[in-house]
Amino acid sequence: MSTTESADIFAGSYDTVEGTVYNLGGGGDWETISAAPEGETEKIVVNMGPQHPSTHGVLRLVLDLEGETVTEVRCGIGFLHTGIEKNMEYRTWVQGVTYVTRMDYLSPMFNEAAYCLAVERLLGIEDQIPERANVIRVMMMELNRVSSHLVALATGGMELGALTAMIFGFRERELVLDIFEMVSGLRMNSAYIRPGGVAQDLPAGAEEKIRETVVLLRKRLKDTADLLVDNAIWMGRTVGVGYLDLTGCMALGVTGPVLRSTGLPHDLRKSAPYCGYETYDFEVATQNTSDAYGRFLIRIEEMKQSLNIVDQCLDRLTPGPVMVADKKIAWPSQLSIGSDGQGNSPEHIKHIMSESMEALIHHFKLVTEGFSVPPGQAYVPIESPRGELGAHVVSTGGTRPYRVHFRDPSFNNLQAVAAMSEGSMIADVIAAVASIDPVMGGVDR
Amino acid sequence: MSETKPTVPVVPDGVREIDIVGVRKGAFGAAGSGDTSGFGGLVAPIVMPTGSTPPFGGWFDEVAEEIALSLADSGVSGAVERIVVDRDEITFFVNKKDLVAFMIECRDEPALRFEMCMSVSGVDFPHDVGRELHVVYSLLSITHNRRIRVEVTTPDSDRHIPSIVAVYPSADWHERETWDFFGIIFDGHPALTRIQMPDDWVGHPQRKDYPLGGIPVEYKGGTIPAPDNRRSYN
Repeated sequence: MSTTESADIFAGSYDTVEGTVYNLGGGGDWETISAAPEGETEKIVVNMGPQHPSTHGVLRLVLDLEGETVTEVRCGIGFLHTGIEKNMEYRTWVQGVTYVTRMDYLSPMFNEAAYCLAVERLLGIEDQIPERANVIRVMMMELNRVSSHLVALATGGMELGALTAMIFGFRERELVLDIFEMVSGLRMNSAYIRPGGVAQDLPAGAEEKIRETVVLLRKRLKDTADLLVDNAIWMGRTVGVGYLDLTGCMALGVTGPVLRSTGLPHDLRKSAPYCGYETYDFEVATQNTSDAYGRFLIRIEEMKQSLNIVDQCLDRLTPGPVMVADKKIAWPSQLSIGSDGQGNSPEHIKHIMSESMEALIHHFKLVTEGFSVPPGQAYVPIESPRGELGAHVVSTGGTRPYRVHFRDPSFNNLQAVAAMSEGSMIADVIAAVASIDPVMGGVDR
Repeated sequence: MSETKPTVPVVPDGVREIDIVGVRKGAFGAAGSGDTSGFGGLVAPIVMPTGSTPPFGGWFDEVAEEIALSLADSGVSGAVERIVVDRDEITFFVNKKDLVAFMIECRDEPALRFEMCMSVSGVDFPHDVGRELHVVYSLLSITHNRRIRVEVTTPDSDRHIPSIVAVYPSADWHERETWDFFGIIFDGHPALTRIQMPDDWVGHPQRKDYPLGGIPVEYKGGTIPAPDNRRSYN
């Protein structure tokens, strides 16, 4: 730990006189590293990530390499674990929405919808959700699917070097996030879908804005698609890469675009409809290439289908309530914008503060204590942009969830990285991971 | 007053012991403050949806019969402890020693064909004596478009449950997560290591005896206790 006697001509003396002094010159087995044992090829173990721009978030990949060929891949996850499921056990059922929306941060509407559908099933109010609330939910989810797929394209493109795709993807996504901001007040993590309906009705002018945005998105999506669909470099990086056939998908529980790229048209919106999806007209996009390029084409097609569904939603939006009629469940107040910013609506404040003491008690009880949910458990799966998103919710009859578990598609699908990329080149690992499109917030929760 | 409060709940008629998973005390769950309402002395059992008897309705009967038949064919008896149909979902409570045989039948029998195990998660019921730890599996059949739930229980003193990774490879990470969060050991799992928490973590965070943690929040002189110490309602 000598700090003054040094042979280094660039740091002949420095002033660290207390605390630990780290010497980077030696240590470990760096100086004694030996050749591979006789008869074995040289194996290099590379830690890719968790802080790596191409691993799609804080994903750690441990790669065993022979030259540029990957012989073994292991994933390390958990770097973004925030204990959301544990935290939810200490909050009311409605507050839970604020937590789940932060899991898979690219598809917050889907997290909220899965959780709320599970709570509604436990409450037994699935049939009482107003039509308008269901239409708004579907519309928000499909817009969210577009924004999520745009990020999949953008980050996937960036990881493969297609920076224009990234610029385009994030630019278009911003259009969708503007809608979310207008409707819910927040671009992401909006906590907009609530047990019993949605937090508040669409603001004035929202329908026109969504209509305009859909038109613009259709045009822009075509530009993005034209940029990549027949692009020789893009195809060179993705065709035949990240191969996983139907058997592999079944064994590894893989769903979403990866499963549909094997040709199986499995989509929960068709096979187990929720929120009224059976009444919408749309196609399930499939490819039969089982590779990263097929998954890319599926995402492009799904965005088009989602915009068609949004159009249908806009056509069937009729005035009506957006929250279940049961006053024991429905959030008592609505937000409005006053001269001093956003807050509870003045009518509601007037009602509880100067008209009805019972309304005040009701408001107070529902907001602080929350509603009770009858004992039981429910597992509600929905089709998120990445596959089956399932909410397993257990209640013991209290005002707080007893246990909430999210079956996140990214978490499950990441198991397929090894099957997809062992035996391929390092560069193809990036393409394979990008084609799964994992979101680490959802993986680690 | 407090020593006269009952601690054992009065079990209503018709409720079976096996469906009781816990005890609820008081009306507000608030401890440490004076009880002026009298409701603080309430003690009630927490009763989960009770076991069902055939006919269950819809395709549930077909699946239940097929499972019983194919298990009998392979010489397994008493695997299914009870079947609960609740909220349009069917749950098979399976004896843990027969879990793997049960899963193999579910996957391979053509009339069942549950190709995918979508999810494995745990639930901790510390008051469900002898059945403290529950593991819940969700199986999906794309062929028949059906979904069942399989539930296995194990006492906290014997945290072993057979692994189904050999049957459904997708359960790999899910079982690791359940081990990580609940301390349930899946016998036969190829590499049962922690997955979300750091490797050297002590304890299993989703268990009910593991505290949430947190520090009081101070703001402008006021102090709000950590979430698990706040007044709450049960």
